Amino acid sequence: MSAAQTSIPEDVAKSASEARDRLNEHTLKIVHWHFSEETGSPFWLEKKAELGFDPLTDIKSFDDLKKFPHFEDEWLRGGPIQRWVPKGHAGKPVYVFETGGTTGVPKSRMVIEDHWKDYELFSDTLPDEHFPPGSNWLMLGPSGPRRLRLAVEHLAQHRGGICFCIDLDPRWVVKLIKKGWMEHLEEYKKHCIDQAVTVLTAGHDIKCMFATPKLLESLGEALEDRGTSLQEVGIKGIFSGGTEFTPQWTRFCVEELLGGPVEEGGVYMTPTYGNTLMGLACSKPISAADGYKISYYAPQPRAVTEVVSFDDYNQVVGFGETGRVKLYTLTDEFFVPGFMERDEGEREAPFDMYPWDGVSGVRPFHELASATTVGVY
Amino acid sequence: MITLQPLRWGKPYESMEIKDVVHFDTGEPIAKFGSVGGGIVARDMKQAHKARAALLKHSTADLIAMSKKAADLFENAELPVGDSMQSVDQFVHQQSASTGLPEHMCRSNLKKNSFVLSHMDEILDCLTRGLDLDILSRGYGEEGRGVIVSYQAQTPVLGAILPNNSPGVHTLWLPAIPLQIGLALKPGSQEPWTPYRMVSAFIQAGVPAEAFGLYPGGHDAGGAIMTKTPRSMIFGSAETVAQHAGNPRVQAHGPGWSKILIGDDVVDDWELYLDVMVESVLSNSGRSCINCSGIWASRHTREIAQAIAERIGPVDVLPPTDDQAQLAAFTVPAMATGTYAMVQQDLAESGVTDMTADYGDKLIEREHCAYLRPMVVHADSPDRGVAMKEYMFPFVSVVECPQAEMLRRIGPTLVGTVLTRDPELVAAAGACVEIDRVNFGPIPTNRLNWLQPHEGNIIDFLFRSRAYQVADLPVAATA
Repeated sequence: MSAAQTSIPEDVAKSASEARDRLNEHTLKIVHWHFSEETGSPFWLEKKAELGFDPLTDIKSFDDLKKFPHFEDEWLRGGPIQRWVPKGHAGKPVYVFETGGTTGVPKSRMVIEDHWKDYELFSDTLPDEHFPPGSNWLMLGPSGPRRLRLAVEHLAQHRGGICFCIDLDPRWVVKLIKKGWMEHLEEYKKHCIDQAVTVLTAGHDIKCMFATPKLLESLGEALEDRGTSLQEVGIKGIFSGGTEFTPQWTRFCVEELLGGPVEEGGVYMTPTYGNTLMGLACSKPISAADGYKISYYAPQPRAVTEVVSFDDYNQVVGFGETGRVKLYTLTDEFFVPGFMERDEGEREAPFDMYPWDGVSGVRPFHELASATTVGVY
Repeated sequence: MITLQPLRWGKPYESMEIKDVVHFDTGEPIAKFGSVGGGIVARDMKQAHKARAALLKHSTADLIAMSKKAADLFENAELPVGDSMQSVDQFVHQQSASTGLPEHMCRSNLKKNSFVLSHMDEILDCLTRGLDLDILSRGYGEEGRGVIVSYQAQTPVLGAILPNNSPGVHTLWLPAIPLQIGLALKPGSQEPWTPYRMVSAFIQAGVPAEAFGLYPGGHDAGGAIMTKTPRSMIFGSAETVAQHAGNPRVQAHGPGWSKILIGDDVVDDWELYLDVMVESVLSNSGRSCINCSGIWASRHTREIAQAIAERIGPVDVLPPTDDQAQLAAFTVPAMATGTYAMVQQDLAESGVTDMTADYGDKLIEREHCAYLRPMVVHADSPDRGVAMKEYMFPFVSVVECPQAEMLRRIGPTLVGTVLTRDPELVAAAGACVEIDRVNFGPIPTNRLNWLQPHEGNIIDFLFRSRAYQVADLPVAATA
């Protein structure tokens, strides 16, 4: 759909305008928090001197964030991690979540409660019918110093359940791929799936789960080999994520893995998009009628996604047009004034549930795609 | 525009992930093809036994007859391919447009594939050394020596991860169908044409459609084929081959490093073999593993290199429709520039001389593609790095090496043409395990006799010879 063809209903436009006002207000509050001597983190207070402008006086709206240089995730490599902790949160217990690190120093993000808040907001979007409150969960994804593992556990607890986890070291998975040890890779995958099957068939009454697309496929296959299925072991709702979560993959899951469309009794599945920097973007409900189209909307104002021109990362493309995904994180724990994600997609219009920009068709950014390993576990 | 969709055991699958196949020179889309992920492949492979079951309903004799009919259809008929009818001319044009191969080379590969298919009875007779093919169907039988022989199929389907740029290699998986083994193919993204047209020809000739899976896709789909089929073949780089070395489930095909070795007894008459050498280097634009990448002799090597350079050095880029075109385009320009950079490194070594230096620029860059014009280099010793190199364009190193050291130094050699009458060299070359296909006499390395095995006998790959003993059961005493 071209920009010219996109017409936003009047009520949505009004909601979008109000949401923008809230975003502007929130931006001011967050910038003041991170750049005030009393509350800001050592990193941003030190960075302030290099900016050539004063965030406290020169940032008056969300659009003004474009005055900042792009956030470089390389800044997150190495310590001390304390330089990222806002003084306003001094003394609170701090988590550290890592990405990368197969070789060399991983990128580290400190978190206090952001992962809880993000997943509590996400929880509000989950239909109780398919994610029954009080249900136990399975977290079929990476373990170790990962945000995801603790966040899903919190989600389960927040919804009154208990979360079961498996041991999965994604760094070893990446090493196996780099070494070309495909038989070992397959065995490691089986090792992970065996753990999941054991938990699912041990009488824990697990009804909900998170799974990476690859592991969900393998779990479905393993259960089928044992003469059962995700439905039969009691799973009612799944959320998953990653760039491999495409319309085609969704259709495959619905038609061949999850027992058919949810209206006909199949397992409910919803995609999410996010990373350690930003948090979690939710999807507009997907359906066969809509070609299994997946459109993500960030939890604004805590985080924002934009789809920007490949030629000018400060220029948002028109609705339906393709560009690179740009992320902003605006919480009192972490400040990211524009990070160029390694993905591209199409800009989606606001709608009643999420009256702000979304992004669809997310896939690896074409200029980096050949160097990006996706869906390794 | 033609659209090719995945085929799941004979049933077209409407993929939602549609990609363009583009013209190598203009960048314009010429076709669309839908792809699938590993999950779909893995799921289908659970039903692979049905592919073999469908083929087992037909005798090998019937399937051979169908193969011959398919050969004719493949070479001559208008066939349903994807959502369109495809003529032979369209096939040739499409294949050339996406692979960068000149059209006459596409026709030549078309005929090669058809030839192999039409001679399937002779090929299987040779590869099985005359075995009654019903024994393969049944799994056991009597060969006439009073002993049961048994050949057990090791897989219901043969998986294959097919290459992007070499339409000639498809001959290797064709015998699967008359051997009653189904096919799960991942077509190359630039060369989906041969597998799609071949599968169509098979189906039109009466082979059950359930025997075929076509799974265009990424590494994910390829990985699933290799993981889920007990026997698969893959075409790739030296690294790909090394990765699968020693894995009995995988037959990996990579660079050939094919060579011509000239014995001391005939090297003074080297000019007699110039045509053989030129054809071995230049045919099919030097793209094949069976193209000659090294010519080894103890003397006259500079003169030999000079003479080959005079023949192939002037070869220039021509339009793909020109019957005189000898060069294929690199559809990914970076592959050409990268290759050329590696050649420059080779040439920087002392003792290495570019004998084609006088024939103009070698790297020809276009907007959407690039070409590398033929190169002949001289290496004064097998110690030079270039002596072991193979590139995807007409490139040969002429290596000076004493005959006594030759077989010890040549390294892996897919096709070795040995020019000699010296019985000692003949015997030693015949025993040299570095050489796979050996030719004695002036046989260009690219001319294969399809009645002989290529990089391993596919019968041995798909079937296992084993013991099979039978004794009558005693009859229980009646009450």
